[in-house]
This record gives sequence, structure tokens and C-alpha cells, in this order.
Amino acid sequence: MSETVASVSALIVKTLLANPKVPRDINGSSKIVEDLAFDSLAVMNFVMEIEDTLDVSVPLDRLADIRTIDDLAACIVSLKQAS
Amino acid sequence: MSIFSKYEGLASALSAVMAGGGRNPFNVVIEKPISSTVGLIEGRETLLFGTNNYLGLSQSPAAIEAAVEAARAYGVGTTGSRIANGTQGLHRQLEERLCAFFRRRHCMVFSTGYQANLGTISALAGKDDYLLLDADSHASIYDGSRLGHAQVIRFRHNDADDLHKRLRRLDGTPGAKLVVVEGIYSMLGDVVPMKEFAAVKRETGAWLLADEAHSVGVMGEHGRGVAEADGVEDDVDFVVGTFSKSLGTVGGYCVSNHEGLDLIRLCSRPYMFTASLPPEVIAATMAALTELENQPELRVRLMDNARRLHAGLQAAGLRTGPQASPVVSVILDDVAVAVAFWNRLLDLGVYVNLSLPPATPDQHPLLRTSVMATHTPEQIDRAVEIFAVVASEMGISRAA
Ligand SMILES: Cc1ncc(COP(=O)(O)O)c(C=O)c1O
Repeated sequence: MSETVASVSALIVKTLLANPKVPRDINGSSKIVEDLAFDSLAVMNFVMEIEDTLDVSVPLDRLADIRTIDDLAACIVSLKQAS
Repeated sequence: MSIFSKYEGLASALSAVMAGGGRNPFNVVIEKPISSTVGLIEGRETLLFGTNNYLGLSQSPAAIEAAVEAARAYGVGTTGSRIANGTQGLHRQLEERLCAFFRRRHCMVFSTGYQANLGTISALAGKDDYLLLDADSHASIYDGSRLGHAQVIRFRHNDADDLHKRLRRLDGTPGAKLVVVEGIYSMLGDVVPMKEFAAVKRETGAWLLADEAHSVGVMGEHGRGVAEADGVEDDVDFVVGTFSKSLGTVGGYCVSNHEGLDLIRLCSRPYMFTASLPPEVIAATMAALTELENQPELRVRLMDNARRLHAGLQAAGLRTGPQASPVVSVILDDVAVAVAFWNRLLDLGVYVNLSLPPATPDQHPLLRTSVMATHTPEQIDRAVEIFAVVASEMGISRAA
């Protein structure tokens, strides 16, 4: 598995930008709830898309600690390494 | 800073819903039920199409009599928890009745359906276990997952392949995997493909819990729910349900053939740390269960009514959930339109539930209706007619 935090973060940004409602200027340090105006359900639904792309499941309790896109990327990389 | 300042967003959302003098949809008062299908709201007789009282049993004369007798004989409350002074003979009797009805060996009765989910899910899935929840699960299932300490993974709604994929990712990890599905989903009335989930469960060695809150008394030849209708009861390890829908009272339960269920009585906080159901509720529930068992024709009438309402609303050009089931929801796009539609229905004498995102799937507002076996065809046609009038007043139809 060759994913790095940077590559996963780039992939998340790309996935998010496919949604026209998401601000155009997001990057790895954008805050998911504050900067993207996602509610908890929207966060869970978008994480599901990323999970499919990267073939990983992110347990809901891990989401509680995630603020930025890079946090999510780091969490996914650590889950992939553990599996 | 006020302790309530974090709810400013909520307050302004509520003001928006009530803008222009609209009602507070979350504060409707049914002054008095006149029958199972008609209630007095704002002083007017209003058709009830949003009660979950699928068989009309909240007004069952037999259940009412049983409640009165039990209150006379035993008093009106237990003043204690199931594990202390709150288990009376009646509680045991009801658990035995439910075991017999579901043909399962063990049963726990809880004080509400909400607590039944909270109490079974949080206790069954422990620290090293995994809980796999349908994305559209009821709040009580999500809350159960938060009360417990398992790792929680969501799978796509009603998608057994997606569940399979997620279970496969957990291959080789220690810990039990508990899958939770609902029989009929409460927002759109869509039914779980239980056979498919049962197959995944068998193949992967996961455990399966089905919340049949909306499907017991409604589906299956004997009313045991979707697991019975699909012929896969042996694969469903735990059935959770409520008395507050088809049985018309209040309370919840879990039934299972696993002996371990009795241990859960000693570690399930929502079972242990709250008062048990009062005698009159238990007695009324047993009487309602007898009616449910002895009157299979109620289920036939209920499904006939569901099909009539579903077809009628579709013919009126409204977008509904995918299946005719006792929950029939009209799906709209815009919250303000949904709120105005809902107010107008009530003006014209039809009460339905207004369900708003984020409590709804896909961010769509819903006019959620529920049907009863006791609705007459005329009442259903009248409700459909009023829906059609409001839709045309507001310029809404699927074609538009
Ligand atoms: C699917 C589902 N499960 C559980 C519950 C909780 O049941 P109760 O309202 O009886 O506590 C409900 C209803 O509110 C429900 O719709």
C-alpha cells in the first residue's frame, strides 16, 4: 500500500470538489465542519465515499477527533497500515 | 454567554419554519382522540394519518378494560427497576407471552422501544467488538452505539453487498461483529431485504439484530415481522421491538434464542437504571397482543389501506417512498414548501408528520403519513383528495 497522508488528502480534496456546494479554495488544512459547512450526517456520508475509493472503513468514534482534511487523511493512512 | 447560545442556529431554523404565522410542527396538540383515526386538533375533527397506531389498538376496548382492571388490582406504578422491586408477576407473564408469540426462548421487556435499542445494542457490542449499522438507522440505534464501547461502522442503506464488503475488511480482526438492521424503515417505509442480510450473516459469522419496531404486527403470516415474511427467523439472533406502534401502548423488548440474553439483564444500563412499566400498560399490552394474534384480518386490511394510500398519492402526482407499506411518505425538495404543505393539510383536516433534514434520508423534507387497519377507504380517499388539492394550490406534482 503506497498511500501517504499527502496523497490521501489530495484524493479527499478531489472527491469534495466534485460536489458543487463545496467552496473552491479548500486544502488539507481546511476544517471539515467549519469551512465546508457540513453537518454530522453530511460528514458521515462523504466519508463513506472516501472509504469506498480507498477500501477502508473508518469507525464513527474516530471521526469525533477529526477536524481537518489532513486529520482524516492521517486517520485513514493509519487504519490502512493497521490492516 | 447563555448556556443556550449554542442553540441559536436551532432557534433561527425554528423561526424560519414558523415564519408567516405557521404552526410549530413539533408542538401539535391532539386535544382528544375521538377514535383511532380521528382526533380533535385546534377544536376541529381531524383525520389522523401520522400516528404509528397501525392496527388501531391504542383504542382497543379489550386493552382499555385490561388496563382498568390491572390498575384496580395492582395500582398504577411499580416505583422501581426491573432488577430491584420493579419486576412483578405481570412483567414475567408478558415476557412469556412474547417468547410464545415469537417462538423464542428468551425475552427482556424494557420501558420504551428507545431503551430496548439502547439497552441491547450497548450491552451486546462491547469494547473489542464491531457494530455495523445501516446508514439510515433510527436515532435509538445510533444512540445505543454511542452508549456502548464498540467500534461503529456504517454501511449503505439496505445494501447487503456493501455490508459484506465492510465485514470482509474486518476479516481476521478479533471481536464479535453485530449487524443492526430495521424491518421497515421509519422515514420512507422501505422494507429491509432481510434474506440478503441473513445470507451475509451466515457467510461471515456475524451476529444479526433486527429492530422490527414498524414491522411486527404488520408483516409475516403471524405478524412476527420481516424475518418471518422472508423465512429467515433462524438467522436473526435478536429481534428488538416496541409496544408503541402496532400494539398501541408503550414499552419495548428484545427476544432471542441465545441463553446469554439473560446476562444482559445484569449489564444493560437502560434496563437496570430506570423504573419498569406500570401494571396497566403491561396488561393492556397483553390484551393488544391477543388481538394482534387473533385478528390476522387487521394486517390484511392494513396492507390494503397502505396500497390504496400509496397508489392514491402517486396518482395525485406526488413523489412517494418506493414501496406501499404502512409508512407512506411524500418526498418534497424544499423545506419551506414542505412546511407550507403540512400547515395547509392541517387547515383542511388531515394530520401527518412533518419530517425535516437531517432526520430524513438524502436531505429531503418529508410529509410522513402512516396508515391504520381502522382507516376506512373513504377516509383514505378523502386524505388523498386533500393532498391533491394542496398540491395543486402549491403547483406541485411530479410532472411539474
Ligand atoms: C425504528 C424504530 N426503533 C425504535 C423506536 C423507538 O420506539 P419507542 O418510541 O417505542 O420508544 C422507534 C420509534 O420511535 C423506531 O421508529
